[in-house]
Parts: sequence; structure tokens; C-alpha cells
Amino acid sequence: MQLTGAEIVIRCLQEEKVEYVFGYPGGSVLYIYDELFKQDKFKHVLVRHEQAAVHAADAYSRSSNKIGVCLVTSGPGVTNAVTGIATAHMDSVPMVIISGQVPTAYIGQDAFQECDTVGITRPCVKHNFLVKDVRDLAMTLKKAFYIAKTGRPGPVLVDIPKDITNQKCEFEYPKTVTMRSYNPVVKGHSGQIKKAVQMLLEAKRPMIYAGGGVILSDAGEKLTKLARSLGYPVTNTLMGLGGYPATDKQSLGMLGMHGTYEANMAMQHCDVLIAVGARFDDRVIGNPANFAEVSRKIIHIDIDPSSISKRVKVDVPIVGNLPDVLDELQKLLEASAGVPDPKALAAWWKQIDEWRSKKSLKYKQGKEIIMPQYVIEKLYEVTGGDAFITSDVGQHQMWAAQYYKFDKPRRWINSGGLGTMGVGLPYAMGVRFANPKATVACVTGEGSIQMNIQELSTAKQFRLPIKIINLNNRYLGMVRQWQQMFHGNRYAESYVDALPDFVKLAEAYGHVGMKIERPADVEPALREAFTKHKNDLVFMDFLTDQTANVYPMVAAGKGLSEMILAEEL
Amino acid sequence: MRHIISILIENEAGALSRVSGLFSARAFNIESLTVAPTEDASLSRMTIVSTGSDDVIEQITKQLNKLIDVVKVVDLSEAAHIERELMLVKVRAAGKDREEMKRIADIFRGRIIDVTDSAYVIELTGNGSKLDAFLEAIDRSLILETVRTGVSGIGRGDRILKV
Repeated sequence: MQLTGAEIVIRCLQEEKVEYVFGYPGGSVLYIYDELFKQDKFKHVLVRHEQAAVHAADAYSRSSNKIGVCLVTSGPGVTNAVTGIATAHMDSVPMVIISGQVPTAYIGQDAFQECDTVGITRPCVKHNFLVKDVRDLAMTLKKAFYIAKTGRPGPVLVDIPKDITNQKCEFEYPKTVTMRSYNPVVKGHSGQIKKAVQMLLEAKRPMIYAGGGVILSDAGEKLTKLARSLGYPVTNTLMGLGGYPATDKQSLGMLGMHGTYEANMAMQHCDVLIAVGARFDDRVIGNPANFAEVSRKIIHIDIDPSSISKRVKVDVPIVGNLPDVLDELQKLLEASAGVPDPKALAAWWKQIDEWRSKKSLKYKQGKEIIMPQYVIEKLYEVTGGDAFITSDVGQHQMWAAQYYKFDKPRRWINSGGLGTMGVGLPYAMGVRFANPKATVACVTGEGSIQMNIQELSTAKQFRLPIKIINLNNRYLGMVRQWQQMFHGNRYAESYVDALPDFVKLAEAYGHVGMKIERPADVEPALREAFTKHKNDLVFMDFLTDQTANVYPMVAAGKGLSEMILAEEL
Repeated sequence: MRHIISILIENEAGALSRVSGLFSARAFNIESLTVAPTEDASLSRMTIVSTGSDDVIEQITKQLNKLIDVVKVVDLSEAAHIERELMLVKVRAAGKDREEMKRIADIFRGRIIDVTDSAYVIELTGNGSKLDAFLEAIDRSLILETVRTGVSGIGRGDRILKV
């Protein structure tokens, strides 16, 4: 059957079982929107800014492992989307972005709302395409979905000139894709896996370091099984939270710049380290030179060969799909005659418990001023630890990561790699679309929330009962913390004056607003929000301590064991 | 260390910018880059000369392999290989310089491919150092213009880069 390009786009999305498209219309995508209007197989979510469309699609994907899809127009539609695309790319989130382009004949003519979309987005996508012939459209979209979700996932952009969406051709959705240039490795090398098992069994001070790859590949259960059968300590990165249950006794919590004392010390002092879907990034291991000073054997499992030995030399690299590799590891481990050295392991745990007894996350909650950490702890209690938590970027993000104990994967949604302020609210929207009955809270600050505050309008339109936990300290807190610690208390442009009345603002958008100023009111207010206002969006403005800092802290460029602890100040 | 990296890449619009963009984004060094379609018009072959430590070169080959359009990557300098570069030099060739220029071109097995009453265009092929040596051998003030293709390389013997 002959279909127009616009019809083909819609049919392809239907074939891919897309449920939601997050987008914003404009000139170049009008034919596509016209066809979208005529169908009811998937829904369109109209955001208020293209950046939010991408973030929402991103979180839809992160919280469900389905592919998030967005649709934006050419020129400013695309450039607005770039921050969202780069955010998804840094965290390896599978997504498909469809962008309109000016008609083929206008490309390069500086036409109205023209930009070099493929050029602008090239460094921040897994791959992108410019469709030049309507006959290539279906195959290109098929490839986009295939590339996005296979191998190391990532966003793929398809740029479609307007004239292509109005031309006709025969449509048949391809059933399979084969690309001679793209064949991601799945199965890990058996010889390497054998070596890893041997090394793991010989360890005296073992450590499991699990990253975002565990979440992305749905390997949480297999990792947990492996860790438990070995009895080894586990630490999760910011992106890996929930990959191993935080409340389990083998969990040392998060590691890195704001990791727990025990996790960072164990990371530095272990003799065998197994990195699972993690990439040794600067916020995780601190200074690589300092990290390398201590000798330890490293096993590294990752789907992306370029992640291996990029920042830290490893001894046993295993390239493969995590669940498959973990399965094989488990099998070999069970078949092996050896067991971990019980004496060495007991001594190691004794050492870890000593580190734990420092209680590096302790803080004091007085009667007058609300401590931000306290709000997160109460949020954890009130939601039974079972909510989806999105966050923005800054101090509140670290507190949420430290104090909300994630036991399940895909419950913690944040921008770890790019560190994009403004993701929290659109992320919460995306999560709620992917999980229509879930409790969703967005932990944010008065700085970040204003970077996509317009989405309160989208949330109203779609009746999304998100709970916004605004930790309002009137400062760009993380900036202020660094200025206090490293820039002689000179708070350059980190104080935010003339804040809106968030209660009235929420009400203006048709939501419920609450202002909480006293510690005693924190829990009752949260209970009210999550029970009485279960079906409303509630903007909870918590006025919190202006001087609170995130501890422990490993200063940039320092080694993991050089932590600044709260008590030392 | 200097490395010669050969790449087979899908001959699609923008393929070159994906590779050159990768090098600039990750602060990898490019000494020269050549690209042209192969006997199979759907494939292009690139030769990149880069310098870096073993770790850097390992990252370069891994990152190149990660590009969706890249079919194959080989570090030619890992084993026996041949490299050649083509240079065209336009030189002033008048009076006594005329004979001298022809003589030096002959020594370097260059060919004169364009002649006017005052100038020659000399075509020269070889590895980079041979081309450098030629430029050193002639009187600098007689050089009017030079153009070099950058290095092309191929493995010796049974080493074949093909799909």
C-alpha cells in the first residue's frame, strides 16, 4: 500500500508498540502531527518546552526499559531538545528522537527554522540519520529502534525533512535489521570468565562495584544472587542504586564523591575488585592515579569495550551483556570446587564493620530548622521505601541518593553523567506515564525546579499526581558548598534572591501547594500529601537549613580514602 | 608512538565528520587523514595517522569501532605494512634551475607532469620522510606550491582488510 512519509512514521511507531510520544508541534512536523491526530493507537504528550519532552521520554525509558520516543520540530525545536538528548546519552538511555527538518531543497539555504540537526546532535547521540528518500524511512526508523536498545543503549535521532513526510511510497515494516557495521557483542569470553571466577575465589578482601549497567540491562537479580552466593560486599554507583538492595547487610551503600565511608574505604583497600556495568568515572573513583597507587586485581564486565581500561587498567576484561555474563559466572562458580576463604572474608567484614561504625551519614536534626537529610528519611518512611524517586542535580540529589534506600532497580531516576539541572519534574512525568499507578516523588531544589517549572502545566493537563519535594535553602546548595570549602566562603552568584511563592505558584497551575518550615511538621505534611492528596500534584516547599553540606565528600582530584567527614568540621 | 589506522566505513553522507568529530571531541591527535571509496562503492577506506601512547591508541581503535557506520578498524603499524603518500610540487624551473630540477626529480624517481617555460609540476610518491627529503634537497626559494595527500597504507603479505 502507498503511504505518505508522515503515515509511515506513525505506522512504524505503532509497529514498535510505542505507547507515548512526548513532543511539541511545529512547521516541519505538521504532516506527522496531522497523521498522529487521525490515530489512537498511541498517545501524544504535549509538553511546554522540548527539553522536557526529551527528559520525560528519557525517564519513561529509565523507569520501564521501554524505548522513550519524542517528536520535535526543526531548528529551535531540536536545539531545545539537545540538553535532553545529551543527558540521555551520558547515561546510556535507549531513546528515539524524531525531528522535523526543512524541506530537502531548502537544506543549506539558511531557511526559516533550519539548523544542522545531524551535525549539532552527532556528539551526543549513539547514532543519527537524515532521511533523504521516503523509501528509506521505514528501514531507518527500524534501525533507530534497533540501535537504541542493543549493545550499550543510547539515544538515536532521525531527522526527517518536511517534503519526505508528504511523499508517498510502498510501505512494509521491515521484520529484521542486519547491519554489517554494527554487531554488538553479547556473550562474554568463556576463558576470561573462568579467570574471573578463579580470581574471585582467591580474594582475601573482595569488593563488588556495581554501576548503571546493572539497571540498564536488568541484571539486578542476577547480581544479587551472585553477591549472596559469594558473601562479598557490594557498593552501588549513583547510577546503579537499586541494582543491589540497599537495605541488605552486604550493601555498603553508594560510593564515590559523596559515598559512604565504608564503601570508599573498601573500594580503596580491597584486593580483588569486580566492576559490573560501571565505568570508573571521576565522580566515582576520584583521582585515577591515587586509585592506582594501591595494588588490586580488577575484573571488569561491560558491554562497551571502550569503557574498559579507559580510566583504570584492568586485569580481566569481559565484554558482554551483563545478564549473560553473570549467568555464566554463577554457573562456573557453582561448578567450582573452591569456596571463598572464610577466615579472610570474616576479617574483611570485621574491617568493613569498623568503617561502618563511623556512621558517616549521621546528622543532627534540631527543633528549629529542618535538615534536608531528615526530609528524605521521612519521605522514605512515608512512602514505605517503594516510591519512584526522581531528582534534579545538586545537594538534594546527593541526599536523596544517600538517604532513600533503594531496594529495587529503576526506582531512582536522575541525571548522573551530564548532571542536568531541571530534569526532576519532567522525569517524574515520564516515570508516571510508564508506571501509571506508581507513587512518584521529585526531590528537587529551588534552583533546579525553576529550570523546567513550566511543566507544572503539562502535569495538570495529564493529571499527574507527582509529589514535588522542594528542599529550599535559598542557595544553589552544591555551588555554595564548593565555594565554602574551596573558594574562601565567597558565595559568588549562588544565593537565589526573589524566589517565587511556590505555594501560590503551584496553585496558579491548579495544583496543591504546601510550605513546611518546622521539623515537627515534616512527617505530618508528607503523610497528608501522600494520603489525602494522593491524586493531586503537591508542591511541598520545605524551608531547610541553609548551611547543610553533603558529607562525606571526596574533593575533586583527591583519592577515595581522603574523605572529608561531617564530624571533622 | 606513531600509528597508522585503517578504517572501512559505510560510504554514507557525514561518515567523515563522525570520525573527525570523534577525534576532536576526545582530544585525539590526527597527523593526516585520507579517505576515498573502495572498489565496493558502498564502502570507504580511511587511513589515519595518529600519535599517542598505547593506551590512547587502544582507546582510538575502540572508539572508532563504536561508531555505528564503522565496519572494520585495523592498526596497520602493529605488523609489516607499506605506506605511501603522493605529493605534487610546483617549482620554478627557469634557466639553470630547469636542468637541476629535472635531475633531482629523477634521483627521487619523481615525474614531471606539467611543464611551462618557467615552472614544473613534479609528482612524487613515497613515505613521508622521502617526500620531506625531496623538499630539503631542492632550493626552498624555488618552491611555488606543494600539496600532499597524507598517508595511505596497506598490510604486507596476507594481511587483508576487507568485509
